[in-house]
Amino acid sequence: MPAAVLAAVQQVPFTSPLLDWHALAPEVILTATLVVVLLVDLFTDEHSKWLASSLTGIGMLAAAVPLLTLAVDGSPRSMFDGAYVVDDFALVMKGVFLLAGYVTVLLSTNYIAEGDYWEGEYYVLLASSLLGMTVMASARDLITIFLALELLSIPAYLLAGWRKRELTGNEAGLKYYLMGVFASAVMLYGMSLIFGGTGSTVLAVIGDRLDGSFGESPVAALGIVFVLVGFGFKVSAVPFHNWAPDTYEGAPTPITAFLSVASKAAGFVALLELIFVAFYGRDDVYGPLMWVLAALTMTVGNLIALRQTNIVRLFAYSSVAQAGFILAPLALAGHGADVADDAIRAVVTYLVIYTAMNLGAFAVILAVSRKTRSGEISSWGGLFEYAPGLTVAMTIFLFALAGIPPLGGWFAKFGVFKAVLGAGGASASLLAVVVAVNSVIALYYYAGVARVMWFEPVPDEDRTPIRLPVAIGVALVITVAVTVVTGILPGTAGRFGDVATDLFAAVTTTTGR
Amino acid sequence: MNDLLDDWGLTAAVFLPMVGAVVMLAIPRTEEALHKVIALVSSLAVLGVVVALIAEFDFDRTRTLQYEVDHSWIEVINSRYILGVDGIALPLLALTALIVPLVVIYSWNHFPEPHNPKAFLILTLVLETGMVGTFLAQDLILFFVFFELVLLPMYFMIGVWGGEQRQYASIKFFLFTLFGSALMIVSFLALYFLSPEVVVDGVARHTFDIRELTDWGGEGLARTTALFVFGGMFMGFGIKVPLFPFHTWLPDAHTQAPTQGSVILAAVLLKLGTYGFVRIAIPILPEAAEEWAPWIGLLAVIGIIYGALGCLAQTDMKRLIAFSSVAHMGYVMLGIATLTDFGVNAAIFGMVAHGLITGMLFFIAGSVKERYHTLEIKRLGGMLLQAPRMGWILGFACMASLGLPGLAGFWGEFPAILSAYNPGGDLDPALFRVYMVVAAIGTIFAAGYLLWLLQRVAFGTPKEEFSGERIHDLHLTDYLAWAPMLLLIVVLGVYPNLIFRVTDGAVIESLAAVGGG
Repeated sequence: MPAAVLAAVQQVPFTSPLLDWHALAPEVILTATLVVVLLVDLFTDEHSKWLASSLTGIGMLAAAVPLLTLAVDGSPRSMFDGAYVVDDFALVMKGVFLLAGYVTVLLSTNYIAEGDYWEGEYYVLLASSLLGMTVMASARDLITIFLALELLSIPAYLLAGWRKRELTGNEAGLKYYLMGVFASAVMLYGMSLIFGGTGSTVLAVIGDRLDGSFGESPVAALGIVFVLVGFGFKVSAVPFHNWAPDTYEGAPTPITAFLSVASKAAGFVALLELIFVAFYGRDDVYGPLMWVLAALTMTVGNLIALRQTNIVRLFAYSSVAQAGFILAPLALAGHGADVADDAIRAVVTYLVIYTAMNLGAFAVILAVSRKTRSGEISSWGGLFEYAPGLTVAMTIFLFALAGIPPLGGWFAKFGVFKAVLGAGGASASLLAVVVAVNSVIALYYYAGVARVMWFEPVPDEDRTPIRLPVAIGVALVITVAVTVVTGILPGTAGRFGDVATDLFAAVTTTTGR
Repeated sequence: MNDLLDDWGLTAAVFLPMVGAVVMLAIPRTEEALHKVIALVSSLAVLGVVVALIAEFDFDRTRTLQYEVDHSWIEVINSRYILGVDGIALPLLALTALIVPLVVIYSWNHFPEPHNPKAFLILTLVLETGMVGTFLAQDLILFFVFFELVLLPMYFMIGVWGGEQRQYASIKFFLFTLFGSALMIVSFLALYFLSPEVVVDGVARHTFDIRELTDWGGEGLARTTALFVFGGMFMGFGIKVPLFPFHTWLPDAHTQAPTQGSVILAAVLLKLGTYGFVRIAIPILPEAAEEWAPWIGLLAVIGIIYGALGCLAQTDMKRLIAFSSVAHMGYVMLGIATLTDFGVNAAIFGMVAHGLITGMLFFIAGSVKERYHTLEIKRLGGMLLQAPRMGWILGFACMASLGLPGLAGFWGEFPAILSAYNPGGDLDPALFRVYMVVAAIGTIFAAGYLLWLLQRVAFGTPKEEFSGERIHDLHLTDYLAWAPMLLLIVVLGVYPNLIFRVTDGAVIESLAAVGGG
């Protein structure tokens, strides 16, 4: 039998696939970075472990350089029969991932160095997770998507359990791992159903064939639901969110920031690719699914967030709720090309702005917890009296997350409203009202944190100023700048969302759908 | 000079306070005198710009927008940076530009606790940018951003410097307003999608341009859709006004806010809502406005009576003034609801008059609180003996507030009531005549509670606990801050045409689509 298979294989002439090195440069640089960091870690003494974080940061910035040259070049590049595409959508999302990765390195530097953790391994895993994300941004094929997902998830499981001497750390890692593997299994099953019916793993081809007779069958619907639900875990959509709060609380805070931003964004990237390239014709399946997920996610996330007393858990639920806002445009994306474009714009713009504001909030959380040594919100009382700068920065992030103009978040929420209402009809209007009501609920707990910082007295009368590490300071400058600029000149973030619509445009032009 | 004013005048009026705020951010907190000077200079600079704008304003063309600027802003959604001022916006712009420097002057030696002039003045300046921007914006999204910009500073002003219940009051204020504006932005987007596309630079696109949307006027829109869209804006603006039954945030916010916050809130912030009706909701959806008008009128008169009765039940001077605001804004909304140019003119006059008079009352309440450390009416008394000047000014402001002819308050209330006799469009005159009678009865209540307040606080002899104390009469900063307001109350009362002449043309224009008029 093996001999027969071998013989059959030999009859197919093997042509080596075209490799566009320019298009692959960011991934290549990231791979090189993680190899170098690993080697440097092997051959350095304890006192020069700081090299690991610096090298990782530099590697991530270096990986961003080819993004610029590719963006200037402009033309979309496709490899491996359309399984790997570098278009504007991919470039924008890779940029977001690299920015998030770089800020995470900045946040990690002091935390990991002072916490007696394993620095070399930490940064190697961080870089490889990031590599998975950049691959995800280009993946247009079920297998590539799955590979990217595992490449970004497995290091993240390890990182989530990094504080292995603490019980909560173990819980974080284990919960995340079990839930993640479960989601992967569900997703794989869905993928196999779709592959079985369409005979291809390339998303564009699947999109074509789902229009045929297989597309009408319940099996196709089942496959679509399974795949999307798998990513529902990744973006912590309700009811698949149970892992998030415990994982966020137990993981090292920089990793929490990374998970709540980059890992979540990667899930959304995959959802966008799947919905707009492969499943677009079946909006009768994903539309209602996304509608329910979005409404549930934002409502449940917000309501539970109202009751949190721990700042990290609060942000865990807030990031669940934010995921609901990002899901909302996908519910109605099937209502025509204009709405689809608006939905991509909304999601990408939201991700760009959300990355900055959420990472910024975590930067402040890290800085403050260096002094208070507590995660309780009540320990933040009177922060304005001894750390006015951090308080103002946190206030900016909080109200940006709540969507109050003129801070970045308003435009993100506005994009969601626009994409939803653009579809027209009762279900769209109803979802818009759900979003509106949820924005108000969300304000309550965001303003609650601001209230403690500004209006409450200092709990233990300890007003020694907070010493801000340089790395966190840099992270704050970056995130505040992005949050404020995207709020006053929303065209900047909007432009990224606008070019990213070529994800969908490419499909409509090649297949004529 | 004129070119400069044409191109940059309005932009300067909006962003000069922001420039001041940014400069102050860079200066350490201990340099208090410097902070005060910068805040005063930047707010006076705005006043200067506005005076120049008024001087160059073409009063023969009040119905058209002047000093228009139109630049691209958010290209993706075709939202533009469009500013302009016409006869409706001009009085409110002037009111804002005047009130803010007066508030800074009043604050000079009376900063509320916790003492932090830097933060307090920065917030005041940010507020000014938001308020001025709202009155000038001619693009729905730009309007929305400025409309929301005032929330944050006011939230912190109440929350940090407010009274006992400040945390509750500040978050209540924030949540109420945000709820309204979330529905409002949904309506704005609906207008964007439902209005026909407009050609900009050779490309047909949807638009947020208020001018274009007003030209369109809701033509061809299904009746129920228009009613819903108007409803969203009604919530946004109505909560801000505040209309009964959304008014419950107002007494709390006013009572808890520091004096300066109360003054700005009463004088300008409430007008953002009524201005929204006159500028956006009614001109863009005139037919829906006609269907909503009887209900708005009903809520307005309920507000008049309810506010007045609420006043009679108050024991706290500041809370009483806050409830009187609900009643006064009821007159303004009644004027708007008639959809006649007479009524809307009265409404705009009412906005300015209420801004000056109630702002004045809150200033006095703040000074009483500072001197007596209480605002409980039953503990006060005999102010005319202890601080005669302040007592007389209180009397004057009460008279103005109850609508004494010859003072500004009269011209806001009386024409608004009168206009309900013959409402515009296809509105039912009988219904509005009932409103008219009810509103007229409301003026009697107003006289009742204001005279009662005056009698209890100013007349008689001081109560025992204060009889031995020396109560300081007016400070120099009080004179400086109050004189312009008192003067304007008289001038506008004697010669109301000063405002009517400016607003009339623009009001007729904005009501053009409502039949009758």
